[in-house]
Order: sequence, then structure tokens, then C-alpha cells
Amino acid sequence: MKSILPVLTVIAAVLLIWIVAVVPMNVHLTADQAQRDGAVVMPDTSIARKEVSGVALALENPHLIPLTYVGKRPNLPSPHQVSAEMFNTILGKKITSKRSLVYHGWVTLAPTLLGFAIGTLLGVLLAVGIVFSRVMDKSVMPWAIVSQTIPILALAPMIIVVLGAAGIHGILPKSVIAAYLSFFPVVVGMVKGLRSPDHMQLDLLRTYSTNNIQGFWKLRLPSSTPYLFASLKIGISASLIGTIVAELPTGAKAGFGARMLVGDQYGQPILSWAALFAAALTAAALVGMISLIERGTLRKMGMKLA
Amino acid sequence: MTQNPTIEAKGLHLTFETNDGPVHALQDVNLKINKGDFVSFIGPSGCGKTTFLRCIAGLEAPTSGEISVNGMTPDEARRARAYGYVFQAAGLYPWRTIGGNIRLPLEIMGFSKSDMSERVDRVLDLVDLSGFDKKFPWQLSGGMQQRASIARALAFDADILLMDEPFGALDEIVRDHLNEQLLQLWARTQKTIGFVTHSIPEAVYLSTKIVVMSPRPGRISDVIESTLPKERPLEIRDSPEFIAIAQRVRDGLRAGHAHV
Repeated sequence: MKSILPVLTVIAAVLLIWIVAVVPMNVHLTADQAQRDGAVVMPDTSIARKEVSGVALALENPHLIPLTYVGKRPNLPSPHQVSAEMFNTILGKKITSKRSLVYHGWVTLAPTLLGFAIGTLLGVLLAVGIVFSRVMDKSVMPWAIVSQTIPILALAPMIIVVLGAAGIHGILPKSVIAAYLSFFPVVVGMVKGLRSPDHMQLDLLRTYSTNNIQGFWKLRLPSSTPYLFASLKIGISASLIGTIVAELPTGAKAGFGARMLVGDQYGQPILSWAALFAAALTAAALVGMISLIERGTLRKMGMKLA
Repeated sequence: MTQNPTIEAKGLHLTFETNDGPVHALQDVNLKINKGDFVSFIGPSGCGKTTFLRCIAGLEAPTSGEISVNGMTPDEARRARAYGYVFQAAGLYPWRTIGGNIRLPLEIMGFSKSDMSERVDRVLDLVDLSGFDKKFPWQLSGGMQQRASIARALAFDADILLMDEPFGALDEIVRDHLNEQLLQLWARTQKTIGFVTHSIPEAVYLSTKIVVMSPRPGRISDVIESTLPKERPLEIRDSPEFIAIAQRVRDGLRAGHAHV
């Protein structure tokens, strides 16, 4: 609970910067609209106003400042607009409605979780292979690294199209992309974790003439647990990003990604921002959930969190 | 039968190939250790005392020469689980309780559940840690952790106990206490003990046989049979006999250094 104050301080600072930035970001649009509605604005043409910075324009026309916070299609929506939109679309709509963010959230969350599960399983299996087989260490690891250097934005449509051509639709293609992003941190973390026992601990097992399988279950796997959780936290947020990216270029009709795209294409930035924040909150909730499981697991294992 | 040594090394050589050329860790090491002996290996760092212990344990393979443990090769002896090994650090698994750590070798070796808990109780009693089996390692002091690691090495009843500077990281007060306890334990269990140390008083206080080693190349420069009685209170360290043996160890160490 001691962390509440610093967290609130940071949030307050971000909000303050945001609130201040709304004025210069939106003042040109607001001035145009106000003039059309019959207000007096200095300078008096849109072209002349383009020469003036947002800050200067706002200072010259202080009566415009309140209007910058309530524009219908602002460049930068104000916090209360975004929160009102979120409140409205999360709590104000039936969750089965196409306009409910909860509905879109679930459309994104389901492939995220499936992709995360696939990615984690794949990552752990690859890590075990890499640790126990020199051949896999030499052959798989470079490809795992290469796989992450390809921009996912370029790869995602290809995967969707290829899987679509193979007759695979729905949740699975998005999950594949989510898994593609989330397996890598798990591989890296688990390889490190499974190799974390030092010489002495391995020698100790040799004095019991332990075989590799016993060594894996008794020593390597438990030693890797803290590393696994660190990887899972990165993996699940990468999974969410992967799913959203998969929704962007493919004309998806639902999900956070589709919602962001719709807002962009139809000039409704408030919509995009609401989806963006909802996605961020979802990611925070997912990571928070893993942190809770981590805490419980490590406590049960008698290890204190570092 | 009694005359067959428990551990015997004949003309043992071990050379490590390193980037800076070969390092002669052991050169022409010959030694007999009888059943029930308490043998200390003492010498400066780099004299091969730990390497020799690891050779006995089959953790290191000699380049040439012969070594037998209970009449087997060290590797066979290791697979037959002929010895318990105690490292410099306790190396307890933080995710297991003390009891769980002692059960580790027993689980690996496939002891039955009831046998395990009976053994855990017995060895915890031997190292004076009864009642601590449910505690986690971080709840114990360094000395208690090391005692738990000795209990772990005793749990499966190997008749040889190999100890590599087990008390090296502990302060002297704790160390004295553990030395006393170790002697009692040795008297009760009749084990053959190989003990690496770089403390002269520790070696003299504990051992029936002191092997003085010297470095570059690592070799044995003196083997001293202790004349101290089996019953050794801590005050024995002030007796003239004790001081005389310590003097001989010190001379051996100095002679070793003259070769450098």
C-alpha cells in the first residue's frame, strides 16, 4: 500500500500533461468551428491562423480554451471525453452489443489467452530441447532470434491469408500471431532459468548419480520458476499486442484492433483512444494476474520475491 | 579384510589442459585410507586437495594412475552411492524445507516413504537439528544450513563422507562448535571421512591422519599419523602434543613452499 502515493503522483503528472496539451493540439480546429458558429477569432482567417502556434492562438483567444475540451472530433481527446466514452461503452451497453467495449475486449482476449498458452508451451518445450541438446541449441536458437526481427506488422497479414487459404478462420489465426510474439521471451527466460543451477548443485546431483530426467524435475525446473514468471509477464503483454496487430490489417470487424482502426478511419479519435486505454487496462490486468500467481507460487516454494 | 584400505591411490596424476598450457593439478599421489579413518587434506590453494577429493568422488578423472574406493573404481563407487559429499557451501534447495532437502537424495535413490521420514528424523538428530525439518533454509543460520547439508550427505548411509572445506565460510566460534559436533558424529557413525581444509588447528583437532599437500605441481609432501586420543575435548588444542603435531604440519607446508 506504500506504493499508492508514488503511483498516484505519476498518474496525476500524466493527466496534467495531457490536460495542458489538449489546448494547443485542438485550438486550431476549435477556432474554425467557433468562427463558423459566429464567434470572433483573431487572426480572422483559417490560413492566417495556421501561421500561429497553438499556444499563441490560445493565449490570444482565451475564450476558445474551454471549447477545446469538448470538440466532437478533436486531434487529442480530453481525459473526460475518453473516460466518458469508456464508461458508456463498458458499463452503458449490453456486453453482447457490437458497441460494447467488453464485447470487443473478449473478442481480443480469447485469442490472446489461447495464443499465450500455445506460445508458452512451445517456448518451454523449445527451451528444454535447447538445454538438453547441443544440436537444438545450435540450430533452433538462431532461428528463434531471427523470427523476432521480422516486423510483425508485415508478417501478420501473410499468416492470416495463408491460414485463411488453408481454411482456418476465426480465433486460431490471431492466436498464431499472438503465440509467435509470446514464445520468444519464454524461450529466452527458460533457457536461462534451466541453466541457472551452478556447478556445485550439478555436482551434488552427480554424487547421487542422478540421471538427466531426475535432474530436470528436481533441480532445473524448480530453479527456473522465477525466470519463467518474468518471461510470462512479457509474453502475455506481447500476446495481446500480437492479437491487436492481427486485427488491424485484416478487416477484422470486432476486437480492440478493429475498434482502433474504425475510430481512425471514420474520424472518431475518441473511439480509438477508448479502445487504446481499454487494451492497456486489459494488459495491466493480465500482467497483474500473473504477478499474483507468481507471488503465490514462489511463496509456496519458500522463496521470497526479490 | 580389515587390511584392505577403503580408499587407495597409486601413482595418481591429473593434468588440466588450459589455454595457458597444461596445469599439473596432481603429481604422483600415493595414499591409503583405512576404514574409519578421519583424514584431512591440508595445503595452500592450488595444491590439489580439492581435486584429489573430487577424484575419489569420481567427479574428476585422473590422467593416469589408479584409485580405488571400496575396491571399485571411483565411478563405480559413485554409481553405487558409496559416499556422501559435503560442499563448501550448504547448497540447500531454497524451495525445499530442511526435511525436503534431506529427502532429495533419498527420492532420487528410490527409498520408500516411511523409510525416508524415519531417516530424516535420524540424521536431523545426528546433526542436532531435530524439529527443524519443516523450516526453509533461509530461516536457518549459515552454520545450521551447513549441518543440514551434512545431514543430507548422511541420509543414505554411505560409509564414506567426503567434505570439501565444509566450514570454510563460517566464523571461528561456529566452526569450533561444528568441529566438536563432527567428531561426536564420527564416533557415533564410524564413517571414513575425507576432509579438505586450509586451517591447521582444524586439521590437527579432527584427524587421525593429516595429509599435507603442496602446490605446482600438486603433490603430497607429508602424511602425519595423529597420536592424539580419540576422545578430544576442545582444550586438547592447548596440549603440547597437539602443538607438536601442528608444528609438524606447519613445517610440511613450509617445505612444500620451498620448491616454488
